[in-house]
Amino acid sequence: MDKQVWQAALPRLALAACLFPCVVLAADPELSIVIKDHLFVPAEIKVPAGKKVKLLVENQDATAEEFESHGLNREKVIPTRSKAVIFIGPLAPGKYPFFGDFHQNTARGVVIAE
Amino acid sequence: MLGAALIVFRESFEAALLIGILAAAMHAVPGRNRWLSLGIGAGLGGAMIVAGLTNIIANAANGSGQELFNAAILGFAVLMLAWHNIWMAAHGADLSRQARQLGADVGSGARALSSVAVLAGLAILREGSETALFLYGIFAGSEMSLQSLAGGALLGLAAGVGVGSAVYAGLLRIPSRRFFGVISTLLLLLAAGLASQMARFLIQADWLPSLATPLWDTSWLLADDSVLGATLRILVGYAAQPSGTQALFYAVTLAGIMLATKWVRRQHRFSTSRKYA
Repeated sequence: MDKQVWQAALPRLALAACLFPCVVLAADPELSIVIKDHLFVPAEIKVPAGKKVKLLVENQDATAEEFESHGLNREKVIPTRSKAVIFIGPLAPGKYPFFGDFHQNTARGVVIAE
Repeated sequence: MLGAALIVFRESFEAALLIGILAAAMHAVPGRNRWLSLGIGAGLGGAMIVAGLTNIIANAANGSGQELFNAAILGFAVLMLAWHNIWMAAHGADLSRQARQLGADVGSGARALSSVAVLAGLAILREGSETALFLYGIFAGSEMSLQSLAGGALLGLAAGVGVGSAVYAGLLRIPSRRFFGVISTLLLLLAAGLASQMARFLIQADWLPSLATPLWDTSWLLADDSVLGATLRILVGYAAQPSGTQALFYAVTLAGIMLATKWVRRQHRFSTSRKYA
């Protein structure tokens, strides 16, 4: 096999090997979102359908934000400069918009379950 | 300014509604205003403290502290509402028939009033701490001048109090024959709705399975963020996309309180008929 392919694949294999124990221990997939300048980054996150997912939301702003979603049926205040855990799902395939209740004009995002 | 007014109105609406219903239920019990003011004052003070401790609460229990805190408050409120409804089932007849002659059972009236004070305090504590955080955020982010912020907040609060007062006045116009039936139905549905909200927080914290997400979806018909949807959510616990566990909590709370009140009413009727036989 081509040496370059191996070089490219090696870090990923190493990462997979490191993550493997975590995945086995905590069955729920984890995803991170950051709130910065009243924006969700990334604003679009893909999650596996039919599985409970652990969302880690970190608020880097100097003001509190409320993560809210009618579709996900979730609501949580995230204090300034802190991390919050929100469990969502298991979800049917589809799009689930969410927003920051305290800054609705800018803080908007969507969870895509597939 | 209007944005601040809207948020404060939305948050104060729920507490104002509950306080309006409770104030109407206890309108004939002496000392009501004193107890209610005490509850409201304690709730406001508590809300400031909770807002100040937000970070500590949020980081507790591996980042699920806020959910557990909310669920605990809601659970406590459901228990108090259940107790209050059962108390009304036993005393409602006396309360409405001899409107101002509760003198015979002052101790019982005072106990019921203290539960009303606690309920009012809890409602304000929960909604008030969120409002305080939001307003502080706007203020700290200097998105609005202090004047326009305070103006908006006061406007929203006034609107919320207005709704609560209107509900209170409206309830008092109900003929006395029907009065306690209406009030206990309102409080019953309110308690079931709070139980469903409690379940939602426990699911969000992964303390309970969701069973089905969602159990149904009526957001096309009546969305959660529509005015009617939000009102019904507070009044009867409406949710456009509830989970199965939420529906279960709702049904169990509803059935539990109904059975308990029915039982107490029968006992009470039995004991009074024996007394006057």
